[in-house]
Amino acid sequence: MEKHVQERHMQERYVQLENVNMRFVTKKGVFEALKNINLNINQGEFVSIIGHSGCGKSTVLNLIAGLLEPTSGHLFCAGREIAKPGPDRAVVFQNHSLLPWLTCFENVHLAVERVFKHETQVQQDLRVIDALALVGLSHAMDKRPHEISGGMKQRVGIARALAMEPKVLLLDEPFGALDALTRATLQDELMKIMEKTHCTAVMVTHDVDEAVLLSDRIVMMTNGPSAGIGEILDVNLPKPRNRLELAENPDYNHLRSEVLRFLYERHAKKAA
Amino acid sequence: MIMQKPETSKVDMKAEKAANDAIEQPPIPAALSTGVVTKTPSQFSTTARVFFQWLLPPAIGLLLLLAVWTLISHQSQGLPGPLSTFKAAIVLFSDPFYVNGPNDQGIGWNILNSLQRVGLGFSMAALVGIPLGFMIGRFEFLSRMTAPVISLLRPVSPLAWLPIGLLVFKAANPAAIWVIFISAIWPMIINTAVGVSKVPQDYMNVAKVLNLGEWKIVTKILFPSVLPYMLTGVRLSIGVAWLVIVAAEMLTGGVGIGFWVWDEWNNLVVEHIIIAIFVVGLVGLLLEQGLILLAKRFTYE
Repeated sequence: MEKHVQERHMQERYVQLENVNMRFVTKKGVFEALKNINLNINQGEFVSIIGHSGCGKSTVLNLIAGLLEPTSGHLFCAGREIAKPGPDRAVVFQNHSLLPWLTCFENVHLAVERVFKHETQVQQDLRVIDALALVGLSHAMDKRPHEISGGMKQRVGIARALAMEPKVLLLDEPFGALDALTRATLQDELMKIMEKTHCTAVMVTHDVDEAVLLSDRIVMMTNGPSAGIGEILDVNLPKPRNRLELAENPDYNHLRSEVLRFLYERHAKKAA
Repeated sequence: MIMQKPETSKVDMKAEKAANDAIEQPPIPAALSTGVVTKTPSQFSTTARVFFQWLLPPAIGLLLLLAVWTLISHQSQGLPGPLSTFKAAIVLFSDPFYVNGPNDQGIGWNILNSLQRVGLGFSMAALVGIPLGFMIGRFEFLSRMTAPVISLLRPVSPLAWLPIGLLVFKAANPAAIWVIFISAIWPMIINTAVGVSKVPQDYMNVAKVLNLGEWKIVTKILFPSVLPYMLTGVRLSIGVAWLVIVAAEMLTGGVGIGFWVWDEWNNLVVEHIIIAIFVVGLVGLLLEQGLILLAKRFTYE
């Protein structure tokens, strides 16, 4: 009985941010990026963090990834405090960050061989092949990053992250550098992949449509410095979602305008 | 991309064809000819463009050098002109590997002996300098520790190290190699260290997220990403080493291109000194070009 309660507790607060503050020491003095962030993310949930540029949304992601340490406060993942980066929290970087001297296969393999080091060579290779097949890149396995398009690079980045079978997938503006058409295709594919893997995901974005389309919840952040969570919006649209059907869905449009209103009315960024 | 003239009138083409016929069409490099629309008449204008852009300017430069040299040689008494130098070179290179005792050997032996010294000094410098550069770039403490030493010793003229070498090794040849070593090591240390500190933070973040071990970080991330910087260091080093060898050999003696220059000065065979200048320049150029090719091979994106 007690165990059951504990498990449920785990599922509900899979990723937990408790009173997180983040201050950076810069040449101009101390800069308070984040103030008092509290957030709980459930297992299997897709959460987007949206806000104007410079509001510290990437900082939140880097904190969960363990690439940054909070000035004060605590972060937990699956009940354990986050102390350093690890393969249980895979990151898809905005600029793909593939190693240019390795092929797509080798880039993914680098992640697999570390996480599944007890497995045989064949098992590892199969994992790489599966991950690349999942993002539809079986044909480009032996190509180097400079030989493929931006969209394909980002797919390899996603494959590398997913191949680690992470507890949480962290996406840092994953489609920000892509053109609108490629972005839409990859968003659709990401939706399908999330459907298959039931992975917990946190995505940083500045694209309102992307946030509403993909998320279960949207965390809207106020402007920095001393940024915080302004509002959290539940996206109760049924899954699987289809972007064409949603375009005429009143709920979708309502959610969309909610986010827009938050960003452009209540927390409009002053013209720089 | 090469701009292609869309319309070339027939008169123009005829004129260009005539011009091309007159100048023995130089071969079109493959890279250029493939990037060009393959209309038969326009290939002539391409040929002409290749000639005027790539072959003519360096040819004019070299001819000017010869002209100035001829002019000066006519004015001064001791300086031989290009023609007599060329004749002396033919004699010299007809038997490059003769040996008439320790101080009179063919130009081939002289070059090879110099190259051997440079190779030895340079390799030792690379063996010490590159790992040292890696560690300096990787560890802040080491960087701060070595910074004053490097800043102090690096500007010292290479030949100032020669007496120290002679004192320590008690022989001329190791002393010359020591001078090469000490002058070639700095660019490799510094460029490698800069390369390590310039490794994109993104790649290091990948390493952290994937939780890679130190050995994997070095082989899969640091080394490939530092390689272009390192090769720049190697290129600068070999340039310096080749610069210094002539001066070092003048002082230490033995078989070598530098000592040969000095020897021919004592014999007053000025043609040979000029030939040596060209040989030193040519070998330096070849070393440099070889390393540039190597660097291109290992540069990504």
